[in-house]
Amino acid sequence: MSNQTDTQTKIVGKPVPRKEGRAKVTGAARYIDDLRMDGMLYGATVRSAVPRGRIREIKFGAGLPWDEFVVVTAADIPGENCVALILLDQPYLVAKFINHAEEPILLLAHADKHLLEKARRAVTFDVEPLSPIFTLEESLAKKEIIWGEDNIFKSYQVNKGNVDEVWAQADFIIEGEYRTGAQEQLYIEPNGVIAVANADAGVTVWGSMQCPYYVHKALLKLFALPEEKIRVIQTETGGGFGGKEEYPSMIAGHAALLSWKAGGRPVKIIYDRAEDMVATTKRHPSRTRHRTAVNKDGKLLGMEIEFVIDGGAYATLSSVVLSRGTIHAAGPYNCPNVRINAHAVATNVPPHGAFRGFGAPQSIFALERHLDKVAQVVGLSPAEFRRRNFIHEGETTATGQVIREPVDMEGLLARAFELTDYQAKRERFARANEGRSLKRGIGFASFMHGAGFTGSGEVYLQSIVGAEAGADGRVRLLAASTEIGQGTNTIFAQIAADALQIDFDLIEVAQPDTSNVPNSGPTVASRTTMIVGKLVESAALGLKQTLQNSGLLKANYTTDDWRAACRRHVEQFGLLKSFSQYKPPPGINWDEGKYQGDAYGAYAWAVYVAEVTVDMLTYEARVEDFVALQEVGKVVHPVLAAGQIEGGVAQAIGFTLYENVVWSEGRMLNNQMTNYIIPTSADIPPIRVYFEEQPYAYGPAGAKGIGELPMDGGAPAILNAIEHATGVAFNHVPLLPEALMQALNQTA
Amino acid sequence: MSTETTSKVNVTCTVNGQSCMLTAHPLARLLDVLREQLRLTGTKEGCGEGECGACSVLVDGVLVNSCLVPVLQVAGAEIKTIEGIADGVQLHAVQQAFIETGGAQCGICTPGMVLAAVNLLAQTPQPTEADIRNGLAGNLCRCTGYMKIFDAVVRACQRADIKS
Repeated sequence: MSNQTDTQTKIVGKPVPRKEGRAKVTGAARYIDDLRMDGMLYGATVRSAVPRGRIREIKFGAGLPWDEFVVVTAADIPGENCVALILLDQPYLVAKFINHAEEPILLLAHADKHLLEKARRAVTFDVEPLSPIFTLEESLAKKEIIWGEDNIFKSYQVNKGNVDEVWAQADFIIEGEYRTGAQEQLYIEPNGVIAVANADAGVTVWGSMQCPYYVHKALLKLFALPEEKIRVIQTETGGGFGGKEEYPSMIAGHAALLSWKAGGRPVKIIYDRAEDMVATTKRHPSRTRHRTAVNKDGKLLGMEIEFVIDGGAYATLSSVVLSRGTIHAAGPYNCPNVRINAHAVATNVPPHGAFRGFGAPQSIFALERHLDKVAQVVGLSPAEFRRRNFIHEGETTATGQVIREPVDMEGLLARAFELTDYQAKRERFARANEGRSLKRGIGFASFMHGAGFTGSGEVYLQSIVGAEAGADGRVRLLAASTEIGQGTNTIFAQIAADALQIDFDLIEVAQPDTSNVPNSGPTVASRTTMIVGKLVESAALGLKQTLQNSGLLKANYTTDDWRAACRRHVEQFGLLKSFSQYKPPPGINWDEGKYQGDAYGAYAWAVYVAEVTVDMLTYEARVEDFVALQEVGKVVHPVLAAGQIEGGVAQAIGFTLYENVVWSEGRMLNNQMTNYIIPTSADIPPIRVYFEEQPYAYGPAGAKGIGELPMDGGAPAILNAIEHATGVAFNHVPLLPEALMQALNQTA
Repeated sequence: MSTETTSKVNVTCTVNGQSCMLTAHPLARLLDVLREQLRLTGTKEGCGEGECGACSVLVDGVLVNSCLVPVLQVAGAEIKTIEGIADGVQLHAVQQAFIETGGAQCGICTPGMVLAAVNLLAQTPQPTEADIRNGLAGNLCRCTGYMKIFDAVVRACQRADIKS
């Protein structure tokens, strides 16, 4: 075998086949609903029909053999009745007070799925109704107090300079209000788990999930068992996008409670699509208000931003979503005076949760729409206004973070315009649209997205990754980071193969199972490649170092030498293992109290350009072309990376033009794929993806995170293009034909 | 009609080239019978209402959503599922292309998408971009934004060209 030390043979940067690709294209990959166990029961959740109230009585309808059913209520919970996450406010099952429609109250299990469904419908609740609130305005106005003392889950204030002093000197003061709606993650595989639980053996859960250790933490509290008695195993997961970040803790607990009551018989709960859509988390709806001071040269003097998100009935992850949205609210611009007031508030709807972008798509939408308005008032083009205000190396973000990496937003903008022929189209469309029923427009958004947990988050997580080598030289990577389609298995193997200079095929990634992988943190926040990948690299290097320190491996070696060294090590000392724990890069400082400092270790920087047509007869807006240009550090895998961007852009197009959650009394009415519309292959424009690579010193092989970035820029770029096409400024998404019709008829 | 009060029927059909006798309630969904009785779990349920196409199979050469097909309807039919697409260990050109271009991410829509692509190429060996978009429009994917899936179909028909 050849020596692989020269850069020509590096695996990072090459489009190697996805590790589990063959299993996925042949149908051999096993997802949770593909598994079954002897004696398995099916579980179902009986939910509240009302948004708020007090339970007086649970009634079991006549004509069903209730003694055959396993029935679990809050009274059966062995530990604490709370889904442990950040706060402990959300119960697994309602004991008395219902806080949202579809809140779980009672669980049923039976071997016959059909009988189970009949029984689920036969359980009813006598409820004393209480007044609910459904909007963030009602929550802020304290129409009812439904959570804590003031309905506020969390508030942040970010201060830079002194924004109060700028208004008097400003040549222009521009205000605007922007809104975004809820969005369903709509992974094609619904939530599902199988649980086996009893007092002797403890609790084991298999399921579709992003974060096995989140589920582990929640089950510890629910069952009050020691750590080693709880085991969580991720099965092949059919998409997550944030929707399987926190919710699996709920469904896992439910299945485990049923199994516990059934004496340890396996219980499977698989949501059907309607239940998954109506009951599980969605993207937080938001409202952002901007007040911006600009001088006559088009320089930003001050930005005052109020950012509010609707968290739903329980705290879940809202404080962290709010944090990311807040930090991204002022964008990649150099503004000396900024104040951001941000609040996450409670309403009586199912808790909103993680969804790709995690607050940033909401606040970036507002900013990038607002800046087009500001440019117009100042009398500059949207591009020229941004050019005069882009941030550069050495300048500071809203939280006072000094940018220490080379940033070239002007360069990205110029290249994106060249790729789309933006300038020429901007002028040509404006001339040609007059009198036409198909109006064309082009618009863009410029933005950044921080990778990894915010502030001190990664320090608190203290993530660990392991690597072990067997006698055959095969290396197994041990991490709780999950493959959910984004390519974790492949990327980790690439990084380890290059670190060890051995064949890619010798690296395998262990199935995430809390009984044999360390906690490498949750699979969220664009952190898996950049943060956990770096730990993979150092754990792998640890193996090499051990072999070289013990004299079993020379400085220069082949894959065959590697195998021989591993064999000798295993013979002499046993299995070769190495672990690596997160250490922050030098010079990272974050003040949680003041919300000041280095919010993220690294940012990806981007300019996205959308071209649209608006049909003045049908009021449909279509995206005709989309260019996504971003600087993301080293691209570890060009095909997987482009796939992340394309998929994220498609979700952003859905968020902007198609995906409308219809609410009634705090309940999603259109909880079906028939009437909640995501883009199909016929709706998506060519998505053209371009990368620039500025290696990040503390990422594996120079990589930064990219998973969430592509969700951020689509909505404002598309609405900026629609304004260019129609002359009408729309400031909310989703923007449906009905809203286009109403506004365009008014201006006609 | 509730299924548990109806007596089961025997249905003979061919699945992936093998003759088989299915015993099920006449209105049982083909999807469930394939998954539970034959343990062909490559066919996935995404929505249960014929919107997402994850449960696509070929019945007598026609692409159908198996969640909408009562088992009685496939009596005497030839059914092909994802498990019958490869020739032993030799992947179909479409499957190989999905691996190479990144057409599969989370993989849950992939079996249905592969069948839709195989069906498209059987009917239209040299599809235009519009043919590909329309041919796959009954199969939803939430991961890829479809670009890499289009690439896979193009690559698969180029490969089929070389072979012929």
